[in-house]
Amino acid sequence: MRSPLAARRPLSPLASGNAPRLLRRPRGRLAADLALLAVAAAFVLPLAWLVLASLDADADLRVAPPSPATLDNYSAVLTPEITYTPMLNSLLLCGGATVLTVVCSALAAYPLSRLRSRAVRPYLLTVLFTTCLPITAIMVPVYGLFVQVELVDTMHGTALFLATSQLPFGIWLMKNFMDGVPVVLEEAAWTDGASALQTLGRVVLPLMGPGVAVVTVYSFIMMWGNFFVPFMLLLSPDQLPASVSIFTFFGDHGSVVYGQLAAFSILYSTPVLLLYVLISRRLGGGFALGGAVKG
Amino acid sequence: MSTAAGRPAAPVRTGAAGRGGAKRRQGALRWLPVAPATALLLLFLAGPIGYCVWIAFTDMQLTGASSTNFVGLENFRRAFADDNFRNAVVLTLVFTVISSILGQNTLGLALAGLMQRASKPVRTVTGTIVICAWVLPEIVAGFLLYAFFRREGTLNMVLDWLHLPSQNWLFTLPILAVSFANVWRGTAFSMLVYSAALSEIPKEITEAAQVDGASGFQRLFRVTLPMIRRSIGTNLMLNTLQTLSVFGLIWAMTRGGPGNRSQTLPVFMYDQAFLKSFIGYGTAVALLLLLVGALFSVVYLRLMREEV
Repeated sequence: MRSPLAARRPLSPLASGNAPRLLRRPRGRLAADLALLAVAAAFVLPLAWLVLASLDADADLRVAPPSPATLDNYSAVLTPEITYTPMLNSLLLCGGATVLTVVCSALAAYPLSRLRSRAVRPYLLTVLFTTCLPITAIMVPVYGLFVQVELVDTMHGTALFLATSQLPFGIWLMKNFMDGVPVVLEEAAWTDGASALQTLGRVVLPLMGPGVAVVTVYSFIMMWGNFFVPFMLLLSPDQLPASVSIFTFFGDHGSVVYGQLAAFSILYSTPVLLLYVLISRRLGGGFALGGAVKG
Repeated sequence: MSTAAGRPAAPVRTGAAGRGGAKRRQGALRWLPVAPATALLLLFLAGPIGYCVWIAFTDMQLTGASSTNFVGLENFRRAFADDNFRNAVVLTLVFTVISSILGQNTLGLALAGLMQRASKPVRTVTGTIVICAWVLPEIVAGFLLYAFFRREGTLNMVLDWLHLPSQNWLFTLPILAVSFANVWRGTAFSMLVYSAALSEIPKEITEAAQVDGASGFQRLFRVTLPMIRRSIGTNLMLNTLQTLSVFGLIWAMTRGGPGNRSQTLPVFMYDQAFLKSFIGYGTAVALLLLLVGALFSVVYLRLMREEV
């Protein structure tokens, strides 16, 4: 996927299903159908190559039916060295960073959502400003700093940076979800003598389960697909996540086994595709993340 | 919850408000949950940005020269005199205009508009394919489009089939190839934004225009587009910010080559800082990129002002 900003969208792409049909004439609909199908055909070609090449023992760069279809490519890449270790690295890196992002943004969002203070608005504006900054641009100084504090080529250092890069958007989303939880329920808990943390953990977060799920899944998807951060900050081959290790298919010898590259790409992409389906189904309808996009 | 829930909360309130000092201490305490996030943001985001500003004015190198000296605006002077830098700026502009403003934005709007009229199965199929291209990890998308644009790739196969001249796209028009790749990858976002915006337009309004005899073009430019202008602004801003920082896609497809013919600013920055070891110079370029990003962010913030 793309920048952290990408989530400012309605999660249900096809929500316009019941939208007014402006053209009732069937001719208008047929023209629209044909135009859409033409675009879909252009978009599907690279995807079709991916699937077909992964099933073809001697795939080249063209879309062609495999003859015969085989799972050889998959069995060739499903080894500890090629697939399991990088995927596990990805999981540790992105899983750890996601937990950190979700915990920190839930904690930060609580006062930001509840306190009536003059400091809230500047803080939120700064957070929103930070969501837009191109993280790519600060990777050179980040590398420099990491070398000096000896965090370079460590999983925890990289996870900390990944978590931070996702944090502004996490806080922003979390705060918007939290605003939707009525304060009345909390006041009851306050009266019972619950601390702020207890109220947050036992009352507020359970009430905004879908919101927490969205922030979690979204952060994870963004980190799973992130290439530049681990590419810069991790060096030793045994620590590389799948997004970087994929380059090893382009060996020094120049010959690339495209079928295996395609098979690995599919294995690597499947988790995020499934997770996307999960959140988009769960939050279908006209749901816009945080209501951030309004016409 | 215990029975106390129903009772008025008077005792607690008076306790907290009893003394000014206690109140203030509690006020500070209530801000405590913000601390971990703030610490992370300061350490790993504000820190590097500050460091970036510092190194950009030095001659730091990875190899060779042992000491790092303050050189003032030398890096920037050098950048503006550097043909490669100017090349990168031009290519970044071309990349942004073609792929973000013309490509993603216009195609996304067209798709959203068409989807309102199309039949449901076509809408579902197209939506799924376009979104699939968007959800795929950046680096996978890069490889797919590398395969698509290669001389022996699918695009030339289709062109042959249509009896159109084929060519080695990644060699003759690399910047166009990576721009199209970014359109392929990013259009879904605009499509989703515009689908939401269009579905919020009351149908009475467009129907009224239709009854008044407005043509399709008039309805588009006089009714629909003005009504979704805020979405257009937001979308353009976010697309541009995203496009400015694209690295992995270009790296996977061309590595900025052949020569420097698809070397946009992020690739140029990486090339100078790491492959050529001019950390100071590379960081100065990064700082310029950051400033452009910050400028766009401020505009975006103004658009979003009512949301905070």
